[in-house]
Amino acid sequence: MSVFPYIVAGWLLLVGLWGIVTSRHLVHLVICLSVMQSSTYVLLLAVGYRHGAKAPIFADIPSGTQVVDPVVQALTLTDVVVEATVAALLLALAVQAQKRFGTVDPDELGALRG
Amino acid sequence: MSRRARLALFLPAALVLAVGLLWSFADLPPFGHYSGIYGIVLGHVAVAQREATNVVSAVTFDYRGVDTLGEEFILFAAAVGSAILLRAQRGEDAAGAAAERSDRRADVVARPVRALGAALVAPTIVLGAYIIAHGQLTPGGGFQGGVILASAAVLVYASGQYLAVRVVRGVAPIEIADALGAAGFALIAVGGLVFGLAALHNFLGYGISGSLFSAGIIPLANVAVGVEVAGGVTLIVAEFLDQALMRRRSG
Amino acid sequence: MAYVPLAVLVPMLGATFLAAARELLSRALADAVSLALGIATVTLCAIALAHSVDHTIVYWWGAWTPRPGGVALGIDFAFGPLDAGMAVFAASLTVIAGVFSWRFLAEVDALYHAILLVFLAAMVGFSLSGDLFNMFVFFELMSVSAYVLAGFKIDQRSPIEGSLNFAITNSAGAILALFGIGLVYSKTGALNLAQIGDQLGRHGVDAVVVAGFTLIVCGFLVKAAAIPFHFWLADAYAVAPTPVCILFAGAMSELGLLGVARVYWTAFAPVLDPHAEALRWTLIAIGLGTAFVGAAMSLAQHHLKRMLAFATIAYMGLFLVGIAMLSADGLAGTAIYVVGDGLVKAALFVCVGIVQHRRASLDEVDLHGRGRDLRLTAGVFVIGSLAIAGLPPFGPFLGKALVEDAAAHGHGLWWMPAVMMIASAVTAGALLRAGARVFFGWGSAGQPDESSDEAEGETEPETDKPHDHTPVLMWLPAVALLLAGLAWGVLPGLADAALRAADRYVQPNVYAAIVLHGAPPEPTTPVSLSASGASYLYGVGAVVGALMVAAAGVTRLRAVDATRPLFAWLRKLHSGHVGDYVAWLTAGVAVIGTAFAITLR
Repeated sequence: MSVFPYIVAGWLLLVGLWGIVTSRHLVHLVICLSVMQSSTYVLLLAVGYRHGAKAPIFADIPSGTQVVDPVVQALTLTDVVVEATVAALLLALAVQAQKRFGTVDPDELGALRG
Repeated sequence: MSRRARLALFLPAALVLAVGLLWSFADLPPFGHYSGIYGIVLGHVAVAQREATNVVSAVTFDYRGVDTLGEEFILFAAAVGSAILLRAQRGEDAAGAAAERSDRRADVVARPVRALGAALVAPTIVLGAYIIAHGQLTPGGGFQGGVILASAAVLVYASGQYLAVRVVRGVAPIEIADALGAAGFALIAVGGLVFGLAALHNFLGYGISGSLFSAGIIPLANVAVGVEVAGGVTLIVAEFLDQALMRRRSG
Repeated sequence: MAYVPLAVLVPMLGATFLAAARELLSRALADAVSLALGIATVTLCAIALAHSVDHTIVYWWGAWTPRPGGVALGIDFAFGPLDAGMAVFAASLTVIAGVFSWRFLAEVDALYHAILLVFLAAMVGFSLSGDLFNMFVFFELMSVSAYVLAGFKIDQRSPIEGSLNFAITNSAGAILALFGIGLVYSKTGALNLAQIGDQLGRHGVDAVVVAGFTLIVCGFLVKAAAIPFHFWLADAYAVAPTPVCILFAGAMSELGLLGVARVYWTAFAPVLDPHAEALRWTLIAIGLGTAFVGAAMSLAQHHLKRMLAFATIAYMGLFLVGIAMLSADGLAGTAIYVVGDGLVKAALFVCVGIVQHRRASLDEVDLHGRGRDLRLTAGVFVIGSLAIAGLPPFGPFLGKALVEDAAAHGHGLWWMPAVMMIASAVTAGALLRAGARVFFGWGSAGQPDESSDEAEGETEPETDKPHDHTPVLMWLPAVALLLAGLAWGVLPGLADAALRAADRYVQPNVYAAIVLHGAPPEPTTPVSLSASGASYLYGVGAVVGALMVAAAGVTRLRAVDATRPLFAWLRKLHSGHVGDYVAWLTAGVAVIGTAFAITLR
């Protein structure tokens, strides 16, 4: 199953989209967006993985050892921070939506139409 | 659109997307057989060039430090942004102040929880500092350690000291820490320019690989990021806690 | 070359200073500090522009120049005049937005300025970056600060919903783009754009290239508000504070297109160039669709800012047509068009802001005839609307003419100028109709059946109550922006310079040689470009058309009524529901991806 991890990434992407499209609660929606974002973590880390290679930490392995790609790990770290910050802002907006609209159901917001 | 119409639009599209992704996955290098040059080269040269045993840290803070600069400011923008988006409106100020006066978390939090929370604060801070300080050596660094430090602040809240957090320390110092952390990383970038080098270029000695003070500017960057993350996350959490307090008061 | 990193670092450090010192800063001081930092950033970007005129500037952060063989270890900022010019333009608009905020926004503190500066740093970084993932980082930084700015007026309902729709749709788009970046990285082992282009050029088109290109382009097109990704834009721009709208409409959306252009010409052109013809048709279809949806929707609006937002969408479609030519002349025209249109559109937004300041309303029906004594504003608004239609010799005319010439003469699309003329006539006609009603009181006053839903109960003003006079810091920016739009159209040598820059932009091998191997700059050949005689006719035609559309709208001809069901249907699609938007996003990616998969083989 040499493509299985990629399929997991694709699945997370689509299931996250599905969740956003059908969501009835803004907090649920934000979590779905996080699920969608986690597809990129899985993809990046899967892309950089090499069979039999060590983690790219040379604290206790000799230099020259084959290691997995350190770049994708750094990218994932950035990606995680992006996800956390977007989620924080969206949740802040959800709090305000609850205050102004009295609901967090996207079906019932509807201040902007046409 | 009705729910049904939305799904009628989404489901076929998602199916097409799924097929397209599967089609492209078949063309990817098989899992575990990646041979991209970027990572391989860095895996070989990073320790020698930067004396950093944690190559991920070397990539994050040195080779691709600009990404981290942008990322730092994403966090800064989110912290400032949640302060803006959750700022008190007319009428809420009074409610919030009243809530703070009347709220006595100590009465509602069970005593064992308070004791455990209080007991964990100091070890959490030590752990966070440790993780930050060893970022260039072992897994960890400013982001991971910063989040641990921020969780110490959450522990203080959980153990019923939230009012103490607000009143004694106030939000302003947290905001300043957040801003200074972000500024610190930008200043490290400027540091290279000051020494007549490129921005974000290392301007310190590299030290001996594997020791606490090694890898040039990387430990410095870790500290700046740690301060920024701890400040930013604490600020975001504090803003949300404010909302919780106000809601509890009004509801 | 220290000016390159400083163009990003100065606004960033300024933002942290404003945030840290906000308790100590009075409003006036915060205004002054942020103005000074904005001007400093404009200056740094202008220096970058001046240096890049003759050859592409490459700046390696941390001095990580590529290893022999062209393997980039670090991140570079690599830019020519088009990229640096966009940075200058974005920074200038930020300064103007900041000045306009002084009197317009009553309740802001230093945090607002801090976010504005972070937004500026992100736009500059995105404009200059030469690394695919780094572009994503600055793209996200731009998004995150924009979400905050869009939702700034938290005491009202619509900004909350507008910002939510904006943030969710754009984040989903950015995730798709990042997924595409992951695919491209797996194939090339590179993140540097030039190196990706080099690697991809060695292989043919395969499924990963198509999927990666689709996802990255769609991610950027979400920001550029191409159909069917455009829904969020009207929501966000209609609710953002008016000074912020200047920046959003003038620079942020356009940066999405810059992303498409940069990624295509640096990274994908080596492998996709043989399929340029097929790609062109897909992009033209998206561009024209966007232009006409935007035009029709602006005609259907009564909320002035929402109308301008849809006008923005319409012009984004025309810009995309310019890029779709995939040639130097089309790109040069687009670059001029973007700036000219951005300046004039900013002037229009300022006019709307003045009306809002003075009359505390944004609704065309509610404002009917109430703008009669705002003579200067009326003048700027009407001239601006005509300029945006394509009135010679304003900047938008020059850009539109060059794009039309590129399409008609360069690619044999003889019908394109007429189609573009109709799209801009309808869009500008909507603006002129609104101007005629508000400033001259023409036509009948209230047609409550036309009043859009979002106007009801949502006309709470950004400035609390109507004011008696227009502060100089409001009308001056309007006049200055309009004059700048005029100057942009008559600046001698501008078209030649744009073509020279675009010529370099569309040569990925030259770019790669400079970035990866430090090749000396190629001597540029002198070229000359000017609007053709026919394009003047199309410009005048668009103006006449706009006046006719406006007249039909004001007098409410029966023919106008007949089109009502179409508009009703179109407006119903713009449901304000974020689930719908993301469903459309998925559908758009699927359709565009299918089109690419079929044609790029």
